[in-house]
Amino acid sequence: MTNHWIDIRNSDCILIMGSNPAENHPVAFKWVEAARERGATVIHVDPRFTRTSSKADIYAPLRPGTDIAFLGGMIRFILSENRCFRDYVAHYTNAACLVSEKFAFHDGLFSGFDPRARAYDRSFWAYETDAGGAVRKDPSLSHPRTVFQLLKTHFARYTPEKVSAVTGTPREDLLRVYECVSATGRPDRAGTILYAMGWTQHTVGVQNIRAMSIIQLLLGNMGMAGGGVNALRGESNVQGSTDHGLLYGDWPGYLPVPRATMATLSDYLKENTPSSSDPLSANWWQNRPKYVVSFLKALFGEAAIPENGFCYAWLPKLADHRTYTWLDLFDAMDRGELRGFFAWGQNPACSGADAGRTRAAMAKLDWMVSANLFETETAAFWKGPGMDPRTIRTEVFLLPCAASMEKEGSITNSGRWAQWRWKAQEPPGEARSDGDILTELFASVRALYKSEGGAFPEPITHLAWDYRTEGRFDAHKAARGINGRFTRDATIQGKAFQKGDPVPSFALLQEDGSTASGNWLYCQSYNADGNQMARRGREDPTGIGLYPQWAWSWPMNRRILYNRAAVDLQGRPWDPQRPVIRFAGASEGGRYVANQWEGDVPDGGWFPMQNPDGSARPDSRYPFIMRADGLGGVFGPGLLDGPFPEHYEPVEGPASANLMNAQQVNPLLRAYDFGGLRRPAADPRFPIVATTCRVAEHWQSGAMSRSMPWLLEAEPQMFVEMSRELARQKGIRNGDRVVVASARGSLEAVAMVTSRLRPFKVNGAEVHVVGLPWHYGWLWPHAGGDSANLLTPSAGDPNTRIPETKAFMVSLQRKDG
Amino acid sequence: MDVTRRKFLQLSGTVAAGVTVGGRKALGLQPPESGPSAWPDRTGGTVPTRSICPFCAVGCGVICHTDPQTGRVVYTEGDPEHPINAGALCAKGAALDQLAANERRLTRVLYRAPCSDHWEIKDWDWALSTIARRIKKTRDDGFESVDPDGWTVNRCATIASVGSAALDNEECWIYQAMLRALGLVYIEHQARI
Repeated sequence: MTNHWIDIRNSDCILIMGSNPAENHPVAFKWVEAARERGATVIHVDPRFTRTSSKADIYAPLRPGTDIAFLGGMIRFILSENRCFRDYVAHYTNAACLVSEKFAFHDGLFSGFDPRARAYDRSFWAYETDAGGAVRKDPSLSHPRTVFQLLKTHFARYTPEKVSAVTGTPREDLLRVYECVSATGRPDRAGTILYAMGWTQHTVGVQNIRAMSIIQLLLGNMGMAGGGVNALRGESNVQGSTDHGLLYGDWPGYLPVPRATMATLSDYLKENTPSSSDPLSANWWQNRPKYVVSFLKALFGEAAIPENGFCYAWLPKLADHRTYTWLDLFDAMDRGELRGFFAWGQNPACSGADAGRTRAAMAKLDWMVSANLFETETAAFWKGPGMDPRTIRTEVFLLPCAASMEKEGSITNSGRWAQWRWKAQEPPGEARSDGDILTELFASVRALYKSEGGAFPEPITHLAWDYRTEGRFDAHKAARGINGRFTRDATIQGKAFQKGDPVPSFALLQEDGSTASGNWLYCQSYNADGNQMARRGREDPTGIGLYPQWAWSWPMNRRILYNRAAVDLQGRPWDPQRPVIRFAGASEGGRYVANQWEGDVPDGGWFPMQNPDGSARPDSRYPFIMRADGLGGVFGPGLLDGPFPEHYEPVEGPASANLMNAQQVNPLLRAYDFGGLRRPAADPRFPIVATTCRVAEHWQSGAMSRSMPWLLEAEPQMFVEMSRELARQKGIRNGDRVVVASARGSLEAVAMVTSRLRPFKVNGAEVHVVGLPWHYGWLWPHAGGDSANLLTPSAGDPNTRIPETKAFMVSLQRKDG
Repeated sequence: MDVTRRKFLQLSGTVAAGVTVGGRKALGLQPPESGPSAWPDRTGGTVPTRSICPFCAVGCGVICHTDPQTGRVVYTEGDPEHPINAGALCAKGAALDQLAANERRLTRVLYRAPCSDHWEIKDWDWALSTIARRIKKTRDDGFESVDPDGWTVNRCATIASVGSAALDNEECWIYQAMLRALGLVYIEHQARI
């Protein structure tokens, strides 16, 4: 989330699309209701009428996988009805930038497409520059090659009639939603978006979010209280574990994992440190070398010295031009390339797309370590349906873990608040905390390498591993290491520090090895003032719910990201009723003479862009500091599949043709061989659109919640929700047992026949949609049903490779019917 | 002694009556006439510990109440001082004590041998030293120092890891440090799916 949970209260218009927070984030939904009590409009756009819809002012149905068409129509509406926040767009976004004449869009393809590689040459989308290399701009936004005009042209095709034919949303519903959302394109109005897996789990997942980001920039909603782009994350520490680099492409703090051809640290830094010729761009990632060197120092301590590139060469390098994502991983496992596997607090046998093939792949491993609170379908795959244990050679080590209240440490919520929690009891029996297990396991591996040698032992024998106190994992030691410390006496910005002192904040991290920090983003979380994450101050000095003394928020305890976009060029809040920050420095003779901000921690504490007399300040910086050009990205030439979003059909879809362009599916989508993927044309055997979903009483694959008696009693078994019309057509009654099948597998479920689902009219034809929760698995409860992911396809978004589990095709019939 | 919630409720009265007391208390109503002597306050004499809910990423505050005699959590409730949830919890959060006391929790290391059809109980020393052996053998056999084009890559692409979104930040950090020191490149987790 760019903003945070309580901030939803400040919104005037809450668009909920691709998520169902009343069901899946129920307590946070009270902030939606608090906004509504203040007069906000709540809109839910979803294929299913859910608990969220029942609390919304407007519910608009949408066929799964057509969000870009819906949002593209909204962009067209905002531009054609002049609803955008012109000053914001002109000054804070890249809408005024001129794009090269090589940019074009025809037949569903942007220029630069290589059909053999199914990839774009993104140099075709470059900006036009002057002789000095600066990007040419037209602040009037009228030049035909400004981003603003190109956007207008691109989305001109997305008329309400066309969009309605694609999405199945009635035209009048579209216009009501467009009207309400675009009404926030004024300085004193703020609108927000709450999305989740309903947007990400598509072969156009990243572009779904891009489309909404464009809308939020056009309406001036980024940085504002009650605004932002807010991903509702689903696991208690999925934010923190992402921050700490547990994805293949990122080291902690979003530092890219090096590729093979980045042979030395200086090659790597050169490749990954952006530059800007614009003196008004902060280009914050120019500081990346400080964060990288501090990370390497945190890993390897005194072994990391300038002469050896701070041990850069010891860390693994990715092959160039390939990915190592979830789908790649299980594809490699299925091909027998993997020998060992850790499933640490995760249950891929139920949570991964094409779960049947995922389970079969596990039989090709030599060994698996599963660490969990409960036995899972992953740990027990060898005795699952269709498995013959006698033929499966995989050794499985199932390690009993401590639950959340049986250890001490911090977790980071969706609003980026890192909150400390304390230990309330010992783990049961011989169960141990993950920290205890990991510290001892690695010590055992290290002891083997020290005594016996082996392949490239240096990173193992030199890794800093002092994370225990009196024989147990010490979360405080690890938290201090993440924050970082000085590795020698140093004087920085006039302040003297001694070796071992905590680094106060990331502004003081250094590139020369004098600081170590496990994750620059968390530098400040545990400093000389103590454990900031354990704070419990309840003051709300701004009155907008920032609670700056409660726990700690990355970065720098900033509660709303890009908050300098919430003020005008002179530092005055666009919305004086809900100021996030305000410039309070003194002025003399029409010029600011002292630098002082009030409110949230400003996103960089520079002077405002202008003085009170309107003169520009060269010592200011644009508000979008993490972007090299400092500007909000209406144009997004960094993505692999296009600088603007474009509607493509899901890899499996009911529509025989894409009504928006000549491409049926995302030309860059990545389909993996495992599983029977049907694409791209509609397969008559599987005529019904399916989407996965959740219920309030279960959590993820159900590995925890299915073992909790109250929750299991409330939601005891797998079901499939369908419309009355579809049930009638199939001769199915509420409560019947039915078989749902896709090209990849089938499962049994109880039919739940409701009026909450309705058939869609798509391009004149009737299309049925069913909803399938994915919380179940064969292991427990007995006869409770199996995972919805037995049905889902293994095709992914080109940018992230997230599988398309929110839109796929199934058949449905009554069991024995 | 492990006191499961069900056993605890049986000790303190019938299940239905116990729930009624909790519900009335949560609503701020008076307990039934039979009063506290029949159904003692579950949090009387317990030690409160502040925690954060382990399910979704809202980050609701929870108070865990520990019986000082047994050291076990006997009751959990929403933290009324927490600015996000102000004491409220959803169905999952409200059932959290069933995670703290649950008969289905794993309490011993389990091992499944090749081609076996059952789990065997093992001790930690055996398990961790055996896993360490497996890691070393797989890594040593498959370690790639240089790729086919001659670039130094120092990677172990024969071992993969998924998971960690339920771990604490501090555990996540040391986990990724361990995996990267071993040379893993297949490192993925919940955010990808």
